[in-house]
Amino acid sequence: MVLKGKVHKFGDDINTDYIISGRYKFKTLDLKELAKHVMEDIYPNFYQRIRPGDFIVAGKNFGCGSSREQAPLAIKYAGIAAVLAKSFARIFYRNSINVGLPLVEVDADRFKDGDEIEVDLEKGVVRNLTRNFELEFPPYPQIMRKILQDGGLIEHFKKYGTFKLD
Amino acid sequence: MRGTLTQQIFSAKVGRWVKPGEIVLVDVDFVMGQDGTAPLAIKAFEEMGGEKVFAEKKVAFVIDHSAPSPNQGVSELHKRMRDFAWRQRIVLYDIGEGVCHQIIPEKGHVKPGSIVIGADSHTCTYGALGAFATGVGSTDLAAAMISGKMWFKVPETILFKLNGKLPTGVFSKDLILFLIGQVTADGATYKAVEFEGSTISSLSVDARFTICNMAIEMGGKAGLIAPDEKTRAWLEERKVKADFEFLEPDKDSYEKVYEFDVSALEPQIAVPHRVDNVFPLSKYEGTRINQAFLGTCTNGRLEDLEIAARILKGKRIHPEVRLIVAPASRKVLLEAMEKGIISVLIEAGAVLVTPGCGCCVGTHNGVPASGEVVISSSNRNFKGRMGNPDSSIFLASPATVAASAIEGRIADPRNYLN
Ligand code: SF4
Repeated sequence: MVLKGKVHKFGDDINTDYIISGRYKFKTLDLKELAKHVMEDIYPNFYQRIRPGDFIVAGKNFGCGSSREQAPLAIKYAGIAAVLAKSFARIFYRNSINVGLPLVEVDADRFKDGDEIEVDLEKGVVRNLTRNFELEFPPYPQIMRKILQDGGLIEHFKKYGTFKLD
Repeated sequence: MRGTLTQQIFSAKVGRWVKPGEIVLVDVDFVMGQDGTAPLAIKAFEEMGGEKVFAEKKVAFVIDHSAPSPNQGVSELHKRMRDFAWRQRIVLYDIGEGVCHQIIPEKGHVKPGSIVIGADSHTCTYGALGAFATGVGSTDLAAAMISGKMWFKVPETILFKLNGKLPTGVFSKDLILFLIGQVTADGATYKAVEFEGSTISSLSVDARFTICNMAIEMGGKAGLIAPDEKTRAWLEERKVKADFEFLEPDKDSYEKVYEFDVSALEPQIAVPHRVDNVFPLSKYEGTRINQAFLGTCTNGRLEDLEIAARILKGKRIHPEVRLIVAPASRKVLLEAMEKGIISVLIEAGAVLVTPGCGCCVGTHNGVPASGEVVISSSNRNFKGRMGNPDSSIFLASPATVAASAIEGRIADPRNYLN
Protein backbone atom coordinates (compact mmCIF):
# COMPACT_ATOMS: atom_id res chain seq x y z
CA MET A 1 0.00 0.00 0.00
CA VAL A 2 1.34 3.43 -0.94
CA LEU A 3 0.35 6.34 1.26
CA LYS A 4 0.56 9.88 0.01
CA GLY A 5 0.22 13.20 1.84
CA LYS A 6 1.77 16.26 3.39
CA VAL A 7 4.39 16.52 6.12
CA HIS A 8 3.68 18.12 9.50
CA LYS A 9 7.03 18.60 11.15
CA PHE A 10 7.74 18.15 14.90
CA GLY A 11 10.93 18.17 16.99
CA ASP A 12 12.64 15.67 19.30
CA ASP A 13 11.17 13.88 22.32
CA ILE A 14 7.50 14.50 21.60
CA ASN A 15 5.96 12.78 24.61
CA THR A 16 2.56 11.17 24.98
CA ASP A 17 1.35 13.98 27.25
CA TYR A 18 1.86 16.34 24.29
CA ILE A 19 0.22 13.96 21.86
CA ILE A 20 -2.87 13.68 24.02
CA SER A 21 -3.05 15.34 27.42
CA GLY A 22 -4.09 13.36 30.50
CA ARG A 23 -6.86 15.95 30.90
CA TYR A 24 -8.78 14.32 28.08
CA LYS A 25 -7.75 10.71 28.04
CA PHE A 26 -9.19 9.92 31.43
CA LYS A 27 -12.57 11.30 30.57
CA THR A 28 -13.72 9.45 27.52
CA LEU A 29 -13.27 6.52 25.21
CA ASP A 30 -14.66 8.54 22.30
CA LEU A 31 -11.66 8.55 20.02
CA LYS A 32 -13.04 11.03 17.50
CA GLU A 33 -13.48 13.46 20.35
CA LEU A 34 -9.96 12.79 21.69
CA ALA A 35 -8.47 13.28 18.24
CA LYS A 36 -9.58 16.91 18.22
CA HIS A 37 -7.07 17.60 21.00
CA VAL A 38 -4.08 15.92 19.39
CA MET A 39 -0.82 17.88 20.06
CA GLU A 40 -2.90 20.73 21.42
CA ASP A 41 -0.51 21.83 24.20
CA ILE A 42 2.43 22.34 21.84
CA TYR A 43 0.63 23.09 18.57
CA PRO A 44 -2.78 24.73 19.08
CA ASN A 45 -5.31 23.88 16.34
CA PHE A 46 -3.13 21.14 14.90
CA TYR A 47 -6.22 19.01 14.37
CA GLN A 48 -7.76 21.61 12.03
CA ARG A 49 -4.64 21.63 9.87
CA ILE A 50 -4.60 17.91 9.14
CA ARG A 51 -5.94 16.60 5.87
CA PRO A 52 -6.71 12.87 6.02
CA GLY A 53 -3.66 10.99 4.79
CA ASP A 54 -1.09 13.50 6.05
CA PHE A 55 2.05 12.49 7.95
CA ILE A 56 3.74 13.52 11.14
CA VAL A 57 7.52 13.70 10.72
CA ALA A 58 9.47 14.10 13.96
CA GLY A 59 12.91 13.87 15.53
CA LYS A 60 14.18 11.31 17.96
CA ASN A 61 12.30 9.48 20.74
CA PHE A 62 8.80 10.19 19.43
CA GLY A 63 6.09 8.97 21.81
CA CYS A 64 8.17 8.83 24.98
CA GLY A 65 6.39 8.95 28.31
CA SER A 66 3.28 7.10 29.32
CA SER A 67 1.80 3.90 27.97
CA ARG A 68 -1.46 5.57 26.93
CA GLU A 69 -2.67 3.95 23.77
CA GLN A 70 -4.86 6.98 23.34
CA ALA A 71 -1.72 8.62 21.90
CA PRO A 72 -1.41 6.58 18.68
CA LEU A 73 -5.20 6.33 18.55
CA ALA A 74 -5.65 10.11 18.69
CA ILE A 75 -3.09 10.47 15.89
CA LYS A 76 -4.81 7.80 13.82
CA TYR A 77 -8.30 9.16 14.38
CA ALA A 78 -7.09 12.67 13.53
CA GLY A 79 -6.45 11.33 10.03
CA ILE A 80 -2.66 10.88 10.13
CA ALA A 81 -1.67 7.99 7.86
CA ALA A 82 1.72 7.24 9.43
CA VAL A 83 4.36 8.76 11.68
CA LEU A 84 7.94 9.08 10.47
CA ALA A 85 10.65 9.82 13.02
CA LYS A 86 14.34 9.39 13.72
CA SER A 87 13.42 7.01 16.52
CA PHE A 88 10.42 5.99 18.60
CA ALA A 89 9.88 5.20 22.24
CA ARG A 90 9.25 1.52 22.79
CA ILE A 91 5.75 1.37 24.26
CA PHE A 92 4.50 3.88 21.70
CA TYR A 93 5.99 1.74 18.94
CA ARG A 94 4.17 -1.38 20.10
CA ASN A 95 0.93 0.46 20.69
CA SER A 96 0.97 2.02 17.24
CA ILE A 97 1.41 -1.31 15.51
CA ASN A 98 -1.28 -2.81 17.73
CA VAL A 99 -3.80 -0.15 16.73
CA GLY A 100 -2.72 -0.23 13.08
CA LEU A 101 -0.84 3.08 12.87
CA PRO A 102 2.28 2.52 10.74
CA LEU A 103 5.57 3.98 11.99
CA VAL A 104 8.67 4.51 9.93
CA GLU A 105 12.20 5.23 11.16
CA VAL A 106 13.94 7.67 8.82
CA ASP A 107 16.31 10.62 8.86
CA ALA A 108 13.66 13.22 9.59
CA ASP A 109 16.03 16.17 9.00
CA ARG A 110 15.59 15.73 5.28
CA PHE A 111 11.92 16.63 5.43
CA LYS A 112 10.42 20.09 5.80
CA ASP A 113 7.00 21.14 6.93
CA GLY A 114 4.60 21.01 3.98
CA ASP A 115 6.63 18.57 1.83
CA GLU A 116 4.55 16.15 -0.24
CA ILE A 117 5.69 12.60 0.41
CA GLU A 118 4.84 9.03 -0.48
CA VAL A 119 5.35 6.05 1.82
CA ASP A 120 5.45 2.53 0.44
CA LEU A 121 5.19 0.26 3.46
CA GLU A 122 5.62 -2.98 1.53
CA LYS A 123 8.74 -1.94 -0.32
CA GLY A 124 10.12 0.04 2.59
CA VAL A 125 10.58 3.29 0.69
CA VAL A 126 9.76 6.91 1.46
CA ARG A 127 9.72 9.31 -1.51
CA ASN A 128 9.91 13.04 -0.98
CA LEU A 129 8.05 14.38 -4.01
CA THR A 130 8.78 18.03 -3.17
CA ARG A 131 12.53 17.55 -2.80
CA ASN A 132 12.92 14.63 -5.11
CA PHE A 133 14.71 11.95 -3.14
CA GLU A 134 14.06 8.47 -1.84
CA LEU A 135 14.94 6.86 1.48
CA GLU A 136 14.74 3.19 2.33
CA PHE A 137 13.73 1.86 5.70
CA PRO A 138 14.18 -1.61 7.22
CA PRO A 139 11.22 -4.00 7.34
CA TYR A 140 9.29 -4.64 10.56
CA PRO A 141 9.97 -7.83 12.51
CA GLN A 142 7.74 -10.67 11.31
CA ILE A 143 5.31 -10.50 14.26
CA MET A 144 4.72 -6.79 13.74
CA ARG A 145 4.25 -7.20 10.02
CA LYS A 146 1.67 -9.85 10.71
CA ILE A 147 -0.21 -7.68 13.22
CA LEU A 148 -0.17 -4.70 10.84
CA GLN A 149 -1.33 -6.86 7.94
CA ASP A 150 -4.19 -8.17 10.03
CA GLY A 151 -5.21 -4.58 10.70
CA GLY A 152 -4.01 -4.40 14.31
CA LEU A 153 -3.87 -6.69 17.32
CA ILE A 154 -7.63 -6.75 17.86
CA GLU A 155 -8.19 -8.14 14.37
CA HIS A 156 -5.23 -10.50 14.89
CA PHE A 157 -6.88 -11.91 18.01
CA LYS A 158 -10.27 -12.11 16.31
CA LYS A 159 -8.65 -14.24 13.66
CA TYR A 160 -6.44 -16.51 15.79
CA GLY A 161 -7.75 -16.13 19.33
CA THR A 162 -4.17 -15.72 20.56
CA PHE A 163 -0.74 -14.53 19.38
CA LYS A 164 0.31 -16.21 16.17
CA LEU A 165 4.00 -15.60 15.86
CA ASP A 166 4.84 -17.10 12.46
CA MET B 1 26.63 -18.81 30.01
CA ARG B 2 25.32 -16.46 32.67
CA GLY B 3 24.16 -13.45 30.64
CA THR B 4 22.40 -10.47 32.17
CA LEU B 5 19.58 -10.66 34.73
CA THR B 6 17.15 -9.87 31.93
CA GLN B 7 18.52 -12.64 29.75
CA GLN B 8 18.37 -15.12 32.61
CA ILE B 9 14.69 -14.36 33.21
CA PHE B 10 13.76 -14.76 29.55
CA SER B 11 15.87 -17.89 29.14
CA ALA B 12 14.23 -19.54 32.14
CA LYS B 13 10.80 -18.73 30.70
CA VAL B 14 11.52 -19.98 27.22
CA GLY B 15 13.39 -23.04 28.43
CA ARG B 16 16.54 -22.41 26.41
CA TRP B 17 19.24 -19.79 26.25
CA VAL B 18 18.00 -16.65 24.46
CA LYS B 19 19.97 -13.81 22.95
CA PRO B 20 19.16 -10.10 22.68
CA GLY B 21 17.20 -9.35 19.54
CA GLU B 22 15.29 -12.64 19.55
CA ILE B 23 11.51 -12.43 19.47
CA VAL B 24 9.97 -14.67 22.09
CA LEU B 25 6.44 -15.48 23.19
CA VAL B 26 6.29 -16.00 26.96
CA ASP B 27 3.77 -16.71 29.69
CA VAL B 28 3.25 -13.66 31.87
CA ASP B 29 3.09 -14.06 35.65
CA PHE B 30 0.93 -11.04 36.39
CA VAL B 31 -0.89 -8.33 34.44
CA MET B 32 -2.19 -4.98 35.65
CA GLY B 33 -4.29 -2.15 34.29
CA GLN B 34 -5.16 1.21 35.86
CA ASP B 35 -8.05 3.60 35.31
CA GLY B 36 -6.31 5.48 32.51
CA THR B 37 -5.69 2.33 30.47
CA ALA B 38 -8.01 -0.47 31.65
CA PRO B 39 -11.23 0.94 30.15
CA LEU B 40 -9.70 0.83 26.68
CA ALA B 41 -8.37 -2.65 27.43
CA ILE B 42 -11.87 -3.83 28.37
CA LYS B 43 -13.14 -2.48 25.07
CA ALA B 44 -10.34 -4.28 23.20
CA PHE B 45 -10.96 -7.47 25.23
CA GLU B 46 -14.59 -7.45 24.15
CA GLU B 47 -13.81 -6.64 20.53
CA MET B 48 -11.28 -9.46 20.43
CA GLY B 49 -14.02 -11.85 21.50
CA GLY B 50 -12.50 -12.40 24.95
CA GLU B 51 -14.79 -14.28 27.31
CA LYS B 52 -12.77 -15.17 30.36
CA VAL B 53 -9.40 -13.90 31.58
CA PHE B 54 -6.63 -16.51 31.48
CA ALA B 55 -6.29 -16.61 35.29
CA GLU B 56 -8.40 -14.60 37.73
CA LYS B 57 -5.70 -14.25 40.35
CA LYS B 58 -3.13 -13.01 37.89
CA VAL B 59 -5.04 -9.99 36.64
CA ALA B 60 -5.54 -6.83 38.66
CA PHE B 61 -7.21 -3.50 37.99
CA VAL B 62 -6.25 -0.50 40.07
CA ILE B 63 -8.33 2.67 40.33
CA ASP B 64 -5.68 5.21 41.25
CA HIS B 65 -5.21 7.88 38.59
CA SER B 66 -8.40 9.82 39.19
CA ALA B 67 -9.55 8.44 42.50
CA PRO B 68 -12.12 9.23 43.80
CA SER B 69 -13.68 10.23 40.51
CA PRO B 70 -13.69 13.99 39.86
CA ASN B 71 -16.45 13.98 37.21
CA GLN B 72 -19.10 11.94 35.49
CA GLY B 73 -16.97 10.87 32.54
CA VAL B 74 -14.42 9.29 34.86
CA SER B 75 -17.17 7.76 37.00
CA GLU B 76 -18.53 5.91 33.98
CA LEU B 77 -15.09 4.52 33.18
CA HIS B 78 -14.56 3.46 36.80
CA LYS B 79 -17.94 1.74 36.77
CA ARG B 80 -16.95 -0.14 33.68
CA MET B 81 -13.78 -1.35 35.38
CA ARG B 82 -15.66 -2.44 38.50
CA ASP B 83 -18.34 -4.28 36.50
CA PHE B 84 -15.70 -6.08 34.49
CA ALA B 85 -13.64 -6.94 37.57
CA TRP B 86 -16.62 -8.32 39.50
CA ARG B 87 -17.89 -10.29 36.53
CA GLN B 88 -14.48 -11.75 35.76
CA ARG B 89 -13.58 -12.16 39.46
CA ILE B 90 -10.20 -10.56 38.91
CA VAL B 91 -8.40 -8.61 41.61
CA LEU B 92 -9.74 -5.07 42.02
CA TYR B 93 -8.00 -2.38 44.03
CA ASP B 94 -10.52 0.39 44.25
CA ILE B 95 -10.13 4.04 45.27
CA GLY B 96 -7.97 4.68 48.28
CA GLU B 97 -5.87 1.52 48.01
CA GLY B 98 -3.03 3.48 46.47
CA VAL B 99 -0.88 3.89 43.37
CA CYS B 100 -0.73 0.76 41.23
CA HIS B 101 3.06 0.54 41.38
CA GLN B 102 3.04 0.61 45.14
CA ILE B 103 0.25 -1.90 45.68
CA ILE B 104 1.10 -4.52 43.08
CA PRO B 105 4.41 -5.32 44.82
CA GLU B 106 3.05 -4.52 48.29
CA LYS B 107 0.24 -7.05 47.95
CA GLY B 108 2.72 -9.73 47.00
CA HIS B 109 2.02 -10.04 43.27
CA VAL B 110 5.66 -9.72 42.20
CA LYS B 111 8.43 -12.27 42.59
CA PRO B 112 12.06 -12.24 41.51
CA GLY B 113 12.39 -13.81 38.09
CA SER B 114 8.79 -13.25 37.10
CA ILE B 115 7.58 -11.39 34.04
CA VAL B 116 4.97 -8.77 34.77
CA ILE B 117 3.26 -6.44 32.35
CA GLY B 118 1.18 -3.45 33.26
CA ALA B 119 -0.69 -0.97 31.16
CA ASP B 120 1.29 1.87 32.65
CA SER B 121 4.76 2.97 31.69
CA HIS B 122 6.11 2.94 35.25
CA THR B 123 5.48 -0.80 35.59
CA CYS B 124 9.28 -0.99 35.38
CA THR B 125 9.22 -0.15 39.13
CA TYR B 126 8.88 -3.84 40.08
CA GLY B 127 12.30 -4.57 38.65
CA ALA B 128 13.60 -3.45 42.03
CA LEU B 129 12.56 -6.93 43.22
CA GLY B 130 14.39 -8.68 40.41
CA ALA B 131 11.39 -9.15 38.13
CA PHE B 132 11.22 -8.25 34.46
CA ALA B 133 8.37 -5.76 34.53
CA THR B 134 7.43 -3.51 31.67
CA GLY B 135 4.72 -1.17 30.48
CA VAL B 136 2.41 -1.95 27.58
CA GLY B 137 -0.66 -0.33 26.10
CA SER B 138 -4.29 -1.28 26.48
CA THR B 139 -4.52 -3.62 23.48
CA ASP B 140 -1.48 -5.60 24.62
CA LEU B 141 -3.06 -5.74 28.07
CA ALA B 142 -6.28 -7.12 26.58
CA ALA B 143 -4.32 -9.69 24.57
CA ALA B 144 -2.49 -10.79 27.72
CA MET B 145 -5.71 -10.96 29.74
CA ILE B 146 -7.07 -13.40 27.16
CA SER B 147 -4.01 -15.46 26.34
CA GLY B 148 -1.78 -15.12 29.40
CA LYS B 149 1.02 -14.47 26.94
CA MET B 150 3.02 -11.61 25.53
CA TRP B 151 5.64 -11.37 22.83
CA PHE B 152 8.89 -9.55 23.46
CA LYS B 153 12.08 -8.75 21.72
CA VAL B 154 14.73 -9.84 24.22
CA PRO B 155 16.40 -6.51 24.89
CA GLU B 156 20.04 -5.52 25.00
CA THR B 157 20.98 -4.50 28.51
CA ILE B 158 22.83 -1.51 29.93
CA LEU B 159 24.52 -1.83 33.31
CA PHE B 160 24.98 0.96 35.83
CA LYS B 161 27.66 0.16 38.40
CA LEU B 162 27.22 2.54 41.27
CA ASN B 163 29.66 2.71 44.10
CA GLY B 164 30.10 4.87 47.15
CA LYS B 165 27.79 6.03 49.92
CA LEU B 166 25.25 8.74 49.13
CA PRO B 167 26.03 11.83 51.27
CA THR B 168 23.53 13.10 53.87
CA GLY B 169 20.62 14.86 52.18
CA VAL B 170 21.19 13.01 48.91
CA PHE B 171 18.79 10.20 48.08
CA SER B 172 18.06 7.55 45.50
CA LYS B 173 15.88 10.12 43.68
CA ASP B 174 18.88 12.41 43.27
CA LEU B 175 20.87 9.46 42.00
CA ILE B 176 18.38 8.41 39.35
CA LEU B 177 17.84 12.00 38.23
CA PHE B 178 21.60 12.34 37.88
CA LEU B 179 21.82 9.16 35.78
CA ILE B 180 18.97 10.26 33.52
CA GLY B 181 20.73 13.59 33.02
CA GLN B 182 23.86 11.68 32.04
CA VAL B 183 22.32 9.32 29.49
CA THR B 184 19.31 11.49 28.41
CA ALA B 185 15.66 10.65 27.88
CA ASP B 186 16.36 8.14 25.12
CA GLY B 187 19.67 6.82 26.41
CA ALA B 188 18.22 3.37 27.00
CA THR B 189 15.41 3.14 24.45
CA TYR B 190 14.42 -0.48 23.66
CA LYS B 191 16.92 -1.65 26.30
CA ALA B 192 16.76 -3.08 29.77
CA VAL B 193 18.76 -1.31 32.46
CA GLU B 194 20.32 -3.04 35.43
CA PHE B 195 21.75 -1.42 38.55
CA GLU B 196 24.36 -2.86 40.88
CA GLY B 197 27.21 -1.88 43.18
CA SER B 198 27.74 -0.90 46.77
CA THR B 199 25.42 2.11 46.49
CA ILE B 200 22.52 -0.09 45.40
CA SER B 201 23.21 -2.71 48.09
CA SER B 202 23.10 -0.03 50.76
CA LEU B 203 19.69 1.26 49.63
CA SER B 204 16.43 0.10 51.18
CA VAL B 205 13.93 -1.70 48.97
CA ASP B 206 11.77 1.46 49.03
CA ALA B 207 14.68 3.50 47.69
CA ARG B 208 15.36 0.91 45.03
CA PHE B 209 11.78 1.20 43.78
CA THR B 210 12.48 4.90 43.16
CA ILE B 211 15.44 3.99 40.95
CA CYS B 212 13.70 1.35 38.86
CA ASN B 213 10.55 3.49 38.62
CA MET B 214 12.45 6.04 36.57
CA ALA B 215 14.20 3.62 34.20
CA ILE B 216 11.49 4.52 31.69
CA GLU B 217 12.55 8.17 31.84
CA MET B 218 15.75 7.14 30.05
CA GLY B 219 13.67 5.12 27.61
CA GLY B 220 14.35 1.80 29.37
CA LYS B 221 12.11 -1.18 28.76
CA ALA B 222 12.72 -2.41 32.30
CA GLY B 223 14.98 -1.58 35.25
CA LEU B 224 16.34 -4.43 37.32
CA ILE B 225 18.18 -4.96 40.56
CA ALA B 226 19.29 -8.44 41.62
CA PRO B 227 17.50 -9.57 44.78
CA ASP B 228 19.55 -9.78 47.98
CA GLU B 229 18.84 -10.39 51.65
CA LYS B 230 16.94 -7.10 51.93
CA THR B 231 14.73 -8.10 49.03
CA ARG B 232 14.09 -11.49 50.57
CA ALA B 233 13.17 -9.95 53.91
CA TRP B 234 10.87 -7.44 52.22
CA LEU B 235 9.16 -10.21 50.27
CA GLU B 236 8.86 -12.49 53.27
CA GLU B 237 7.00 -9.79 55.15
CA ARG B 238 4.49 -9.96 52.31
CA LYS B 239 4.43 -13.76 52.31
CA VAL B 240 6.20 -14.05 48.98
CA LYS B 241 8.86 -16.70 48.42
CA ALA B 242 11.89 -15.59 46.45
CA ASP B 243 12.67 -18.89 44.81
CA PHE B 244 14.29 -17.67 41.62
CA GLU B 245 18.07 -17.99 41.73
CA PHE B 246 20.05 -15.56 39.63
CA LEU B 247 23.59 -16.33 38.60
CA GLU B 248 26.19 -13.60 38.93
CA PRO B 249 25.69 -11.74 35.62
CA ASP B 250 28.40 -11.98 33.05
CA LYS B 251 29.84 -8.49 32.41
CA ASP B 252 30.55 -9.22 28.74
CA SER B 253 26.86 -9.69 28.11
CA TYR B 254 26.07 -6.02 28.68
CA GLU B 255 25.86 -3.76 25.70
CA LYS B 256 27.26 -0.90 27.72
CA VAL B 257 28.52 -0.42 31.26
CA TYR B 258 28.47 2.93 33.04
CA GLU B 259 30.36 3.35 36.28
CA PHE B 260 29.88 6.15 38.76
CA ASP B 261 31.19 6.91 42.21
CA VAL B 262 28.37 8.73 43.96
CA SER B 263 30.05 9.63 47.22
CA ALA B 264 30.25 13.32 46.29
CA LEU B 265 26.86 13.60 44.58
CA GLU B 266 24.85 16.74 45.35
CA PRO B 267 21.06 16.96 45.44
CA GLN B 268 19.76 17.09 41.87
CA ILE B 269 16.84 18.78 40.19
CA ALA B 270 15.10 18.23 36.83
CA VAL B 271 14.16 21.54 35.29
CA PRO B 272 11.05 22.21 33.14
CA HIS B 273 10.00 20.72 30.78
CA ARG B 274 12.25 17.69 30.45
CA VAL B 275 13.15 14.93 32.87
CA ASP B 276 16.70 14.76 31.49
CA ASN B 277 17.23 18.49 32.01
CA VAL B 278 19.06 17.75 35.26
CA PHE B 279 21.32 20.07 37.25
CA PRO B 280 22.81 20.23 40.73
CA LEU B 281 20.12 21.73 42.93
CA SER B 282 22.31 24.72 43.82
CA LYS B 283 21.88 26.12 40.32
CA TYR B 284 18.16 26.64 40.92
CA GLU B 285 18.16 27.38 44.64
CA GLY B 286 16.01 30.40 45.39
CA THR B 287 13.54 29.89 42.51
CA ARG B 288 10.09 30.76 43.82
CA ILE B 289 7.50 28.00 44.00
CA ASN B 290 3.73 28.01 44.48
CA GLN B 291 3.02 24.35 45.07
CA ALA B 292 4.97 21.42 46.47
CA PHE B 293 3.85 17.86 45.83
CA LEU B 294 4.97 14.87 47.84
CA GLY B 295 3.82 11.47 46.65
CA THR B 296 3.52 9.27 43.52
CA CYS B 297 4.85 5.88 42.52
CA THR B 298 8.33 7.40 42.57
CA ASN B 299 8.38 8.89 46.04
CA GLY B 300 5.18 8.37 48.03
CA ARG B 301 6.49 5.60 50.26
CA LEU B 302 6.92 5.50 53.99
CA GLU B 303 10.55 6.56 54.05
CA ASP B 304 9.75 9.43 51.68
CA LEU B 305 7.06 10.77 54.00
CA GLU B 306 9.35 10.14 56.93
CA ILE B 307 12.19 12.26 55.60
CA ALA B 308 9.78 15.06 54.72
CA ALA B 309 8.39 14.92 58.25
CA ARG B 310 11.87 15.08 59.71
CA ILE B 311 12.43 18.32 57.83
CA LEU B 312 8.99 19.79 58.50
CA LYS B 313 8.76 18.87 62.18
CA GLY B 314 7.87 21.89 64.24
CA LYS B 315 7.89 24.17 61.20
CA ARG B 316 5.27 25.79 59.02
CA ILE B 317 5.29 25.79 55.25
CA HIS B 318 5.67 29.16 53.55
CA PRO B 319 2.34 31.07 53.59
CA GLU B 320 2.34 31.43 49.81
CA VAL B 321 2.86 27.71 49.17
CA ARG B 322 0.50 24.73 49.10
CA LEU B 323 1.97 21.39 50.11
CA ILE B 324 -0.02 18.41 48.80
CA VAL B 325 0.74 14.94 50.13
CA ALA B 326 -0.51 11.73 48.51
CA PRO B 327 0.68 8.60 50.34
CA ALA B 328 1.47 5.81 47.87
CA SER B 329 -0.92 3.37 49.52
CA ARG B 330 -3.40 2.83 52.31
CA LYS B 331 -0.75 0.78 54.10
CA VAL B 332 1.76 3.61 53.77
CA LEU B 333 -0.85 6.03 55.10
CA LEU B 334 -1.66 3.79 58.08
CA GLU B 335 1.99 3.28 58.92
CA ALA B 336 2.69 6.98 58.57
CA MET B 337 -0.22 7.69 60.92
CA GLU B 338 1.06 5.25 63.49
CA LYS B 339 4.47 6.81 63.40
CA GLY B 340 3.06 10.29 63.83
CA ILE B 341 4.37 11.35 60.41
CA ILE B 342 0.99 12.45 59.15
CA SER B 343 0.34 14.78 62.07
CA VAL B 344 3.73 16.39 61.62
CA LEU B 345 2.98 17.03 57.96
CA ILE B 346 -0.50 18.34 58.59
CA GLU B 347 0.59 20.54 61.48
CA ALA B 348 3.18 22.00 59.13
CA GLY B 349 0.36 22.96 56.75
CA ALA B 350 0.23 20.02 54.33
CA VAL B 351 -2.98 18.93 52.62
CA LEU B 352 -3.54 15.19 52.56
CA VAL B 353 -5.26 13.63 49.54
CA THR B 354 -6.38 10.06 48.84
CA PRO B 355 -3.63 7.47 48.48
CA GLY B 356 -3.14 7.21 44.72
CA CYS B 357 -1.64 9.32 41.98
CA GLY B 358 -2.71 12.62 43.55
CA CYS B 359 -2.04 15.57 41.27
CA CYS B 360 0.75 13.80 39.34
CA VAL B 361 -1.06 13.51 36.05
CA GLY B 362 -3.29 16.57 36.00
CA THR B 363 -6.68 15.01 36.43
CA HIS B 364 -7.58 16.33 39.89
CA ASN B 365 -6.30 17.15 43.38
CA GLY B 366 -4.18 20.22 42.68
CA VAL B 367 -3.93 21.47 39.11
CA PRO B 368 -1.58 24.49 39.13
CA ALA B 369 -2.69 27.89 37.82
CA SER B 370 -1.08 29.55 34.81
CA GLY B 371 2.38 30.86 35.53
CA GLU B 372 2.71 28.80 38.70
CA VAL B 373 5.74 26.75 39.60
CA VAL B 374 5.53 23.33 41.23
CA ILE B 375 8.23 21.30 42.89
CA SER B 376 7.30 17.64 42.83
CA SER B 377 8.66 14.30 43.99
CA SER B 378 7.14 12.66 40.89
CA ASN B 379 8.85 11.39 37.77
CA ARG B 380 7.67 13.64 34.93
CA ASN B 381 7.78 17.38 34.38
CA PHE B 382 6.45 17.52 30.84
CA LYS B 383 4.65 20.68 29.87
CA GLY B 384 1.00 20.29 30.87
CA ARG B 385 1.68 17.14 32.89
CA MET B 386 -0.15 18.39 35.95
CA GLY B 387 -3.07 19.66 33.90
CA ASN B 388 -1.94 23.15 32.89
CA PRO B 389 0.47 23.71 30.00
CA ASP B 390 1.21 27.20 31.33
CA SER B 391 2.68 25.98 34.59
CA SER B 392 6.10 24.49 35.18
CA ILE B 393 7.33 21.55 37.21
CA PHE B 394 10.67 20.87 38.88
CA LEU B 395 11.44 17.31 39.99
CA ALA B 396 13.43 16.57 43.11
CA SER B 397 13.67 14.32 46.16
CA PRO B 398 11.04 14.34 48.93
CA ALA B 399 13.59 16.09 51.15
CA THR B 400 14.06 18.89 48.64
CA VAL B 401 10.29 19.17 48.21
CA ALA B 402 9.86 19.55 51.98
CA ALA B 403 12.67 22.09 52.38
CA SER B 404 11.32 24.11 49.46
CA ALA B 405 7.81 24.08 50.90
CA ILE B 406 9.17 25.72 54.05
CA GLU B 407 11.09 28.42 52.25
CA GLY B 408 8.69 29.07 49.37
CA ARG B 409 11.71 28.77 47.14
CA ILE B 410 13.74 25.86 45.87
CA ALA B 411 15.87 25.00 48.87
CA ASP B 412 18.68 22.62 49.80
CA PRO B 413 17.47 19.93 52.23
CA ARG B 414 20.99 19.56 53.62
CA ASN B 415 20.39 22.75 55.58
CA TYR B 416 17.73 20.86 57.54
CA LEU B 417 19.52 17.57 58.04
CA ASN B 418 22.70 16.75 59.81
S1 SF4 C 1 1.78 8.42 40.39
FE1 SF4 C 1 2.02 9.52 38.47
S2 SF4 C 1 3.59 8.42 37.33
FE2 SF4 C 1 2.91 7.08 38.99
S3 SF4 C 1 1.32 5.79 38.09
FE3 SF4 C 1 0.30 7.57 38.99
S4 SF4 C 1 0.15 9.07 37.31
FE4 SF4 C 1 1.65 7.54 36.71
